[in-house]
Parts: sequence; structure tokens; C-alpha cells
Amino acid sequence: MIRVLLCIVVGVLAVSPKVKADIKVTIAYLSVWKDVPPTLSNLDPVPIDQGLRGAELGLQDNATTGGFLGHNYELLRFDVQEGDDLTAIAEEALQAADFIVVNAPHDALLLVSDLDAASSKLFFNAGAADTVLRSDECRRHVLHTLPSRRMLADALAQYAVKKRWTDWALIVGSHEDDIAFANALEASAKKFKVRIRERKTWNFDADMRRSASAEVPLFTRELPEHDLLVVADEANDFARYIMFNTWLPRPLAGSEGVIPAAWHRAVEQHGAAQLQNRFRELAARPMRAIDWAAWVAVRSIGEAVTRTNKVDVESVSTFLFSDAFELAGFKGRKLSFRQWNGQLRQPVPLAHPGAVVALAPLEGFLHQFNELDTLGIDEPENRCNP
Amino acid sequence: MKIKKLFTAAKPNVPVVMIALMAWLCAIAASTHADEIWVSNEKDDTISVIDVETLDVVRTIDVGERPRGITFAQDHSVLYLCASDSDTIQVIDPDTGKILHELPSGEDPEQFVLHPDNRHLYIANEDDAITTVVDTETRRVVAQIDVGIEPEGMAVSPDGAIAITTSETTSMAHWIDTSTQKLFANTLVDQRPRHAEFTLDGSELWVSAEIGGTISIFDVATQTEKSKISFEIDGVHADRIQPVGFKMSSDGGRVFVALGPSNHVAVVDQKTYEVLDYILVGRRVWHMTFNGDESLLFTTNGVSGDVTVIDVDALKPIKSIKVGRFPWGAAYRPTS
Repeated sequence: MIRVLLCIVVGVLAVSPKVKADIKVTIAYLSVWKDVPPTLSNLDPVPIDQGLRGAELGLQDNATTGGFLGHNYELLRFDVQEGDDLTAIAEEALQAADFIVVNAPHDALLLVSDLDAASSKLFFNAGAADTVLRSDECRRHVLHTLPSRRMLADALAQYAVKKRWTDWALIVGSHEDDIAFANALEASAKKFKVRIRERKTWNFDADMRRSASAEVPLFTRELPEHDLLVVADEANDFARYIMFNTWLPRPLAGSEGVIPAAWHRAVEQHGAAQLQNRFRELAARPMRAIDWAAWVAVRSIGEAVTRTNKVDVESVSTFLFSDAFELAGFKGRKLSFRQWNGQLRQPVPLAHPGAVVALAPLEGFLHQFNELDTLGIDEPENRCNP
Repeated sequence: MKIKKLFTAAKPNVPVVMIALMAWLCAIAASTHADEIWVSNEKDDTISVIDVETLDVVRTIDVGERPRGITFAQDHSVLYLCASDSDTIQVIDPDTGKILHELPSGEDPEQFVLHPDNRHLYIANEDDAITTVVDTETRRVVAQIDVGIEPEGMAVSPDGAIAITTSETTSMAHWIDTSTQKLFANTLVDQRPRHAEFTLDGSELWVSAEIGGTISIFDVATQTEKSKISFEIDGVHADRIQPVGFKMSSDGGRVFVALGPSNHVAVVDQKTYEVLDYILVGRRVWHMTFNGDESLLFTTNGVSGDVTVIDVDALKPIKSIKVGRFPWGAAYRPTS
């Protein structure tokens, strides 16, 4: 089913005598269906409007600023469901807008950004955390506002080092995403001198709601001595049943326990409470990482247009990669894009359901140029040569 | 309690009672003679009152939810307080600490400024992208003005002709003509503007940008930016130097700038815009106020939950005073 929806066309109410030339900015939001594995628990369904609501809020924010400058913003929504023709819908989006915010899995993102009509557009990846998209498979015209798995893993490793929990045991689910996250965790462990004493795959198909108390102690009893138990289970299929059921009393992190993510409902410092409130008002649910990534993508476009008074891809792209670009993203530091792979530099909160435990980069992790570059692929290890 | 005890004593010794009573009255008199600094504690729903002479907290007053903006009427007869999460402005008797009444404020009032007419409050409604103008006498809303997202900084020109709202996410200073209550200019500043002040002669407007890390200086006559100040502290990454509140000395000499999580206050020359010094204070320094003769400066330090007292001549911190959780704003009250 193809649904193309005109979301918000913004009427400018506020009157400003300093109005510059009227400018219209059209942004496409393209979401592509993702095959999410079934989970044992139904407690935390993934909202179907994840990402979209963030983009909408970003548009509202842009529109308010635009109202004072004579800049009009418009968001067009393109939604690809299972069985739809991805290419056909993507072509439509490319025809309609120069700026495309994409919430899609790895393969779909590459397919869309490699279309002929795509080369002159600017893409914002708000949905795929795959590190390889910022590395060997990077594209010059694709920016990434969602942190890579490497950034998340680095954030967790910094936290563990700070806590001196440097011996890990790692439990990994059997899905592709779980393995990718586990691989990122291994790379981070190496970078920050954390020892992974064992990596063990979870391939039980029992229903843990009935047998967690029986299965998990036995499973974790076989692990070598460790300070921190890290679990890679991106869909949170089994991770929730590990907590408080382990053989040894050990803190849990990764996909359950202390979770590194671009955004979390517990983030409230640095004015974040206001963003959370505005989002909740719009979406009637807490803001999630992909919502934040979509919001910040739309805000980046808005910021570029506000500062340059231009809407062409070249001007916006040049501005976003320049030193002049700085964005407040409610994470306590100015955000900017890495020249070498288009990744948005950003702090990564580590949170449990009730509070933020730490905000990476943690104090003491120094960097020659920017401490934010201690998270993820730094310039010296860059393999992005589009 | 002491008095009660004296009077309930079996055989009251009249001279002793009299002396005690006089001593007590003197104590009351003394306590009302020392000037005070009033500090709003955002996460404690209280105000801490600091005695300027002893530099101790002498009173803690319960107020509405999430108190932030704090300012006295010109004659200091009442205190106005933004109780942000109570969605109201509370009017407080500073002698008794009692809440006299509340003013309509629009939703989530964060920061405000009292017009030189001593009657109108210009209030930033953080969650609503609105500036509300309230008449403190009729207790009515006079106007609501649409501004950018998350309005915060509020200023009014010394002649009262212009009010300013800065909006954090929109990154603008909005210029309001107070005779019409309408915007007449909107000027971009760096990311996340937090605070605005006019110079005493009204010729310049200064606006701090927290994430931008700068203070922009505007020529008021033309509303154009004439200069921009940046800050540098050895050993502190530029991203952590985040200017928030600031205060200008009334002799036109200096400006003191709270630099947030860098835990420093910058000293800036008001005329040359040169940064003269940095003073180490408590953690996440936010706003500040002078005492009466401007010999002391009191900064609110949100994360460390204290107030740093700075000797203005020596440019040195002399004491830190524990207050409530997340102290936000500060206001000076002369008592004699």
C-alpha cells in the first residue's frame, strides 16, 4: 500500500518587518518497513510512528523560526510497507524533495541513495545504526544523525572503564542486528582495553516468561568470572529475562539494564525536559532514539536554511560540513557532522528505565580535537572514501 | 518558644524577662537590618534567603513548584517569583515570606523582567512560545506575543520602550515595542540564547548563547550585531564553556558572565568587550546578583547546590554557601 501524505504545510502567522525573500523548504520523510523479529514479551511494542513524529516536531520547530524569516517548511511523508515497490515510492520522494530523511534498514537505505535521481539530493539516515554505512559503504550525500553501533558500544565501554568493570561476559542473540551490536562491543572493548572473557550465543527458544528463573541461572553459571554482563539483543527478545536472574549478582548493560542510546525518555538535563514535553504533547508517547535522530535531521536542515538563507542542496550541504554549523540537540554540547563520514557528533546517554546513569563521552576520555570523537569511527581509522 | 518558656516560669523575674525580651527584639531588628540575597531553588520548591553580612542562609521559604525567575518590585515591597510548574507568578511579602497572591502568567513562566513603570511584568512562557505581559496592579494579562520556541531571556530597555525575549531553539532575540506590544524585529544569535540585558545607557543589547558559547552585542538603534565575545579557559574544552546569565556593573565598567558547566565566571570589560579574567565558582553556574554597593557578587551554582560569593574588587571567590537543590536565580533585597 502506498501512502503519500501531506503532513504539515506551515502557514506563517508571525509578522516580521525583517522578512527576507520568501523561501520554501520541502523535506521528504521516507520510512521503510523493517522485518522485526518476534519477541517473547509484548510489554514494549515499537510504535509504528517512530521517527515520523520526531520529523514532525523538527518541522514545527523549523517553522516557528522560519515564521520570523519568511521561510516556509513542508514535510512530505512516504511510507513503504511490506510488499510495496520501494524503488517506485523512493522515486516519488526524490521527485518531490531535495532533502530526504530516511528511516530504513541498511539495504533499503543503500538502494534508495544509489538511485540515479538520488545523487543530487541530501539524505539523512535516522534509522540505521550499521557502522558499515559510516565506513566502507558510506555515501557522500548521506549524513547520519542516528549514532552508529560503534558509538553506542564505545559509550558503554567508557562507562565500564570509568566504573572499573573491565571484565565482561557477553550474551548475544542470534539475529543479524544482535551480532552486529556484539561485534561493535568487541571492537570497543579492544579500543578501551576491556576484556571480554566469553561471548556466548543465546539460542534458546523456550518462553522465558515461564522459565527465566530456571534457565538463566544455569546459562549464566557457565560464564567465567566477570564484572559486567553485557547482552546484545536489539529487539529485546530475551534480555529482559536475564536481569536479576543471573547466577552471580552482576550489573547488566547493553540491550537491557544500562542502555546506550541516542535518546531515552529519562534524559531531562540540558533543557531536554522541554523537548520531551513538546514531543509527548505531539505524539502522546515518550521520544525514542529514532524520533530524536529524525528530529535532529530536520532541525539540521532548518538550521542551514536559517543561517544561509539558501535552500539548494549544495549550499545546505556545504554549510552542514562547515565550522559555522552548530546545533543544540538537548545533549549539553553543540552538535556537528564529521567531515570524514557524515556522522553527527553527539553525546550518548547511558540510561536505565528510571534515570540517566552517565553521558558519554565520560570525563577523562580525552581527544586531540573533540572529545565527542572518542565515540565511533575517528578520522585516523576512517575507511569512508566515497 | 524561648519567650513562652520565660513567661511560664513559676516565678517570673521581671528584669530578666525584660532583658530577654529586649535582646529578642534587638535580634529581630538586627536580622531585618542586614541586606539579603534571595535565591530560587528550582528542584526544592523553596527560596533561600542569605544574610549579606554573615553570608549565611537565615530563612528558607516554601514556594510554588519549580521556582526560577525571581525579582523584586522597585521599592522591594514585594517579590515576584516564577513558579514554573505551578504555571503562575507568586507575589510574596519579603518580611513574612507569605504568598500574598498569584498573578496569571501563561503556562510555564521561566524568566521575566519588570518594566521601568514598576507595573508590567514581561514573562517568557517556555513551553508555549509566548511572551505574556501582565499588569501587576489589575492582575490581568495585558498581551500575549508569539515568539520563538522555548523563550527564556527577558530584558527591557532603561527607557521602557523595548522589551526583549530570546528563544532557545529558535536562536533569536525578539524585539517588542512596548507601546504596541508587537514585535518589530527578530535577530538571529548563536545557538540557545539564554539571557539578555541592555546596557545602562540603553545603547546596547547583550545576548548570551549557551551552546554557541558567545555573547552577541547589538546596537539598539539599528538592531544590528556590532560585536561578539567568545571565551577560552585553559584546560576546559570550548564546548563546555556555555555562557548563561550575566550581570553588568552599574558604573558601566564590567560584565560578569556565568559560564555554566565550565564552573567559571568571566569578567568582561563593558566598553572594550575584552575578557579580563575568569573566576572559579561552583558547578553549573547559572545566574547572579550584586549586593547594594556592588562589592559582592552572588552566583547560583545549580549542580553543586550552592552560591559562590565573589569579592568584586579582588575578583576572588570568598565563600560558598549551601542553599537548596538546583539554585536558579538570585535577587538583592536592601532592608534599610
